[in-house]
Amino acid sequence: MIGTYMKDKNYTGGLLLEGLLASWPVCLGYIPIGIAFGVLAQKAGFTPLETGFMSLLVFAGSSQFIAVSMFSAGAGAASIIATTFVVNLRHLLMSSSLSLFLGRSGRKKLFVFSYGITDESFAVNFSKFKGGDWDINRALIVNFSANIMWILSTVAGGYGGQFIRPHSFGMDYALIAMFICLLVFQLKGPIYIFTALVAGISAVLLSLCIPGNSYIIIASIFAAGIGVFIKKKVR
Amino acid sequence: MIERDYCYIVLGMGVVTFLPRLLPVYFLSGRTLPGWFIEWLDLIPAAVLSALLLPELVTTGMPRLFIPYKLDMIVAVPTLLFAIKTKSLGGTVVTGMGLYWLLDIIFI
Repeated sequence: MIGTYMKDKNYTGGLLLEGLLASWPVCLGYIPIGIAFGVLAQKAGFTPLETGFMSLLVFAGSSQFIAVSMFSAGAGAASIIATTFVVNLRHLLMSSSLSLFLGRSGRKKLFVFSYGITDESFAVNFSKFKGGDWDINRALIVNFSANIMWILSTVAGGYGGQFIRPHSFGMDYALIAMFICLLVFQLKGPIYIFTALVAGISAVLLSLCIPGNSYIIIASIFAAGIGVFIKKKVR
Repeated sequence: MIERDYCYIVLGMGVVTFLPRLLPVYFLSGRTLPGWFIEWLDLIPAAVLSALLLPELVTTGMPRLFIPYKLDMIVAVPTLLFAIKTKSLGGTVVTGMGLYWLLDIIFI
């Protein structure tokens, strides 16, 4: 049954199923982090509504954690917003890479799609796009199922996180395992392996020297640059 | 009710998070880009994923310390081998979670 539905690419149910099959590791991985965030926010005096509001408007995990701790420390509006900007600037790179595959999509859809670009949805969608047989509708399902799961988990954490045990069954490791596998999918030749090694090692070194998470964007730009340079030299 | 000041700050956070997500996809999609730039963008995912992952595996704390024998890293080795061997995303996630869960129980 499912097989026949999947063959008809325009069938909405098949489309939804394909999107969900791709996004479940992201959704699963968001549960423990979302609950942990909700608990932290509740302890800092946020209502579940305020927590959900931030998850809806910002939808970027690490920056939300940082913002909550800045709120509790009594930081000003400008410094909270500026920090959020810097922490989330890395999405610039992900959005750029995804644009390679979204040439024929309408402007409105791109607008809606870009809201849901996270480290995780990007990793899933890019590898799917690269494999062919993927389009913006399926990618939107990945983004929004992850988005809904994120909002729900953070609100649930705000309501009664102390009663939920989010750290069971190794759920904390879901996103790391997912990233490991999606990275393996990206390593389709020596130049990709080389770039990944340069990025990983420089990211570790930078992360030990500079506070914050700007090491991600710096190491990525640097490593991909070296990669292109080496590719040109070898040719 | 949500307090008004809080609303404005979160709105500001939302805008500065949304713009870096929107602008590249909005302005680069469908354009003819120079060859070197396409090659660079093609290498970005491998770079970003590795830059996100490796510090997570081998550093900890604030300020960060280099701890190469964390449980995260120990579990990463068989998980990586499983991913290379099977190329299965679901299988890798379940295997990684299972190993992490098991070793976490054994070591604590």
